[in-house]
Amino acid sequence: MSDLLKGRTGEWEMVIGLEVHAQVIADAKLFSGAATAFGAEPNEQVSFVDAGMPGMLPVLNEACVEQVVRTGLALNAEINLQSIFARKNYFYPDMPQGYQISQYEEPIVGEGEIVIDLPDGETRTIGIERLHMEQDAGKSVHDRHPSKTYIDLNRSGVTLMEIVSKPDMRSAEQAAAYVTKLRAILRYIGSCDGNMQEGSLRADANVSVRRRGEALGTRCEIKNLNSIRFMRQAIDYEAARQIEIIEDGGEIEQETRLFDSGRGETRSMRSKEDAHDYRYFPDPDLLPLRLEQGYVDALKASLPELPEAKKQRFMEAFGLSAYDASVLVAERETADYFETVAEGRDSKLAANWVMSELFGSLNKAELSLSESPVSAPSLGGLIDLIADGTISGRIAKDVFADMFETGKPAADIVEEKGLKQVSDSGALEAAVAEVMGANPDRVADYRGGNQKLIGWFMGQIMKASGGKANPQMVNQLLREKLDAGD
Amino acid sequence: MAALTDLTLAQARDGLAAGEFTSVELTEAHIAATEAVRDLNCYILETPEAAREMAQAADDRRVRGEGGSLNGLPIAIKDLFCTTGVQATAGSHILEGFVPPYESTVTRQLWDAGAVMLGKTNLDEFAMGSSNMTSYFGPVMNPWQRAGDAAAKLVPGGSSGGSAAIVAARGALASTGTDTGGSIRQPGSFCGIVGMKPTYGRCSRWGIIAFASSLDQAGPLTRTVEDAAIMLGVMAGHDPKDSTSVNVPVPDYEAALGTGVKGLRIGVPKECRLEGTPAEIEALWQQGIEWLKAAGAEIVDISLPHTKYALPAYYIVAPAEASSNLARYDGVRYGLRVDGDSPQEMYENTRGEGFGAEVKRRVLIGTYVLSAGYYDAYYLQAQKVRTRIGQDFHEAWEKVDAILTPTTPSAAFAQGEKMDDPIAMYLNDVLTVPASMAGLPAISVPAGLSGDGLPLGLHVIGRPFDESTVFKVGHAIEEAANFTATPQLMAGGR
Repeated sequence: MSDLLKGRTGEWEMVIGLEVHAQVIADAKLFSGAATAFGAEPNEQVSFVDAGMPGMLPVLNEACVEQVVRTGLALNAEINLQSIFARKNYFYPDMPQGYQISQYEEPIVGEGEIVIDLPDGETRTIGIERLHMEQDAGKSVHDRHPSKTYIDLNRSGVTLMEIVSKPDMRSAEQAAAYVTKLRAILRYIGSCDGNMQEGSLRADANVSVRRRGEALGTRCEIKNLNSIRFMRQAIDYEAARQIEIIEDGGEIEQETRLFDSGRGETRSMRSKEDAHDYRYFPDPDLLPLRLEQGYVDALKASLPELPEAKKQRFMEAFGLSAYDASVLVAERETADYFETVAEGRDSKLAANWVMSELFGSLNKAELSLSESPVSAPSLGGLIDLIADGTISGRIAKDVFADMFETGKPAADIVEEKGLKQVSDSGALEAAVAEVMGANPDRVADYRGGNQKLIGWFMGQIMKASGGKANPQMVNQLLREKLDAGD
Repeated sequence: MAALTDLTLAQARDGLAAGEFTSVELTEAHIAATEAVRDLNCYILETPEAAREMAQAADDRRVRGEGGSLNGLPIAIKDLFCTTGVQATAGSHILEGFVPPYESTVTRQLWDAGAVMLGKTNLDEFAMGSSNMTSYFGPVMNPWQRAGDAAAKLVPGGSSGGSAAIVAARGALASTGTDTGGSIRQPGSFCGIVGMKPTYGRCSRWGIIAFASSLDQAGPLTRTVEDAAIMLGVMAGHDPKDSTSVNVPVPDYEAALGTGVKGLRIGVPKECRLEGTPAEIEALWQQGIEWLKAAGAEIVDISLPHTKYALPAYYIVAPAEASSNLARYDGVRYGLRVDGDSPQEMYENTRGEGFGAEVKRRVLIGTYVLSAGYYDAYYLQAQKVRTRIGQDFHEAWEKVDAILTPTTPSAAFAQGEKMDDPIAMYLNDVLTVPASMAGLPAISVPAGLSGDGLPLGLHVIGRPFDESTVFKVGHAIEEAANFTATPQLMAGGR
């Protein structure tokens, strides 16, 4: 297996489980009516409940429950018709109640799974252990004053989903693919924006190593990984660290670690002995959450097509490779764009144009798909011009560059710049005759057996036509004339 | 005419309606009474100016033909209720100076009905206590004295000690209390007045500073059962801001009073005959049975087999919830802050200085019973006991319509007594806690005097949301007992 790591004493297997915290998209917080938009001034979006004022009580926001249930359904998971809110007790200055309302023994979502896409086109199914909802904490700001900490409670009480995987991943790459796919699913159904920079999606990684076939090793938890790149680095570093300790005759101590992205290493945050005793107990301010099966069924019926189903459909309907299909379905927006372009056209050509020319140009210009100057129907128009022979593939690239620059339709650019492909056989025959007449030596060389020279002749004619000559026709004419031997 | 402060809430209401006096006059009389009994230390904060304004506004409404069912009636509010712009302390140093910018649902409803606020009454710190001795703002003195022993200062009970004492001393027509394990009924009994704890979920807890969320309920303290019915009618009602508040209609409690107890089945649980209960309390209980029998009720012997586990289970569940509910008092956002070199140190300094001994004891107990390794043996076990207690009552309701017991195992004790023995103190709640654990409505009605001349209460427990029957039975006891004794220390004198 390629995922095994080589140590000094043999091969090692990594075992990774992830806990992903995803901020739920909703107008209001989990237990209060305060708003949740990102970027408000500090402490502008705080209700008395969020500030933990005396006598305040939580009231569950149904819109948040709906988002969480939809997420569970999108993960093919069991929805628990009864779940319980529990208090997780610990002190932290930006956690005003002195406890976080979470779910412990009876979460809203049980076991499910995610199919992840690996770069070689292979897939792997990763189990989901559970998903529960909880309140986010506020934010402590330490850099505004030399000795004081400021507290911003805007985020306090915002709904988080904690999505816990089974320890089913065996490499940092798989972990990255898991987060990528999970993020895609959340974005498809609109339950989380997946923005890791803003902290709407963050992961804790549980990493252990073992020799193949052995029981699970002692794990360490790396907290608060806020980019996929950092997560990969952290996991690889951590596995190597653990292997080295064991190979040196040491033992892994269960602990919580932090990833230092500046140094690219993990370091100890607290040991198991210092772990909090959260004293979970059912929150007496909230009744058990009971859902009707009909409610769950209705939400299930209203889910959009999910990435995995879309990928399968793209492979079947458009004949795409697993890899191409997985790239195109990664974002719902991209998939929709591609489908518009591919509709009624050569799907492989459409896939190539979207994935190479469009993505390449967007990347270079640092634009997102939604900011693309070339719309899907517009790109489709360009492909139509190639298909009906109006322009060559080569010219199309120039036209595309123009479209990207100006936002004009392909047909207008072709018209304005006179880029229409020359497919008039009379004109092309004349051009062929001219090149052959001007280069008798090369004609003789070709006829003497140097068949590769046909490329040179092609080049001359294309150059002379300013790229507009129909390459298939030129190729055919050249062969006819050169092979004719007269 | 009797002094305005001697009127019941119902009489004062009717007097106002008949134009016999104004709310301003009624309120001034109570402000004067408050000053006269100030030594009892019933209030943490008196609000005479607000009272005068509210009284004037009530009179103005009356002139316009407006005003709710409590229009112009001066009452006192336990200082566990948040009141907009008026300090709310919960009897604790940690909340001293805290002025909430919001009004609890229960007090909101009282003001909407036109009631006038005289002030915020003293209580055991965070409602944790049965004596009012744990208040940071000093103990409350019971207006009753032992016959021939004016020197011994007696406790009013707790935690709603100030609320009970001020009503008994004629300083307010009625007051609000909260009851977690007996905090309305026990002080009601000790002070010779009526204390009613409604069904859990009947009154909104929104804006009431939490002690133990699954047990806390607001209720009235009054001098008559009728007054309690009037008060509860206004305090009760569903509140979408409290997820545990229940959406069932609030009946006309006052109307239920007159219908009598004929044909009602009254349960007498054998498990409430506690070893060591004074004979006079046993005798009073028997007297209550006779009164109800004479009024046409049927007496049924019943069994509540898990009663003896109620108190220990209560002293696990309530501290567990309290340990979590009180975590928010961390010095970060409001109330007391005692600085330290780290957040950890600041918490320790703030909470160390801000909480009194009893609160610390319960936070420690609660933290312990929720800890890893102890949770199953304590908290989980206590919850199972709680379920069993509920089942006991559930079975009893197949045989009876209400249950009669004494309210407390003793009459009021002296300040300082039982202070070094928390268990003895906790035993005060032994008869009131079962109904709390089951969330049932219960009332304490003054029914007689002890050999020392101190009031003793009888306790009626009813079915969930059947406060009407509880009032009805309480009213029958009240009529039969004809309790007319008054405390030594009251406004206007005995």
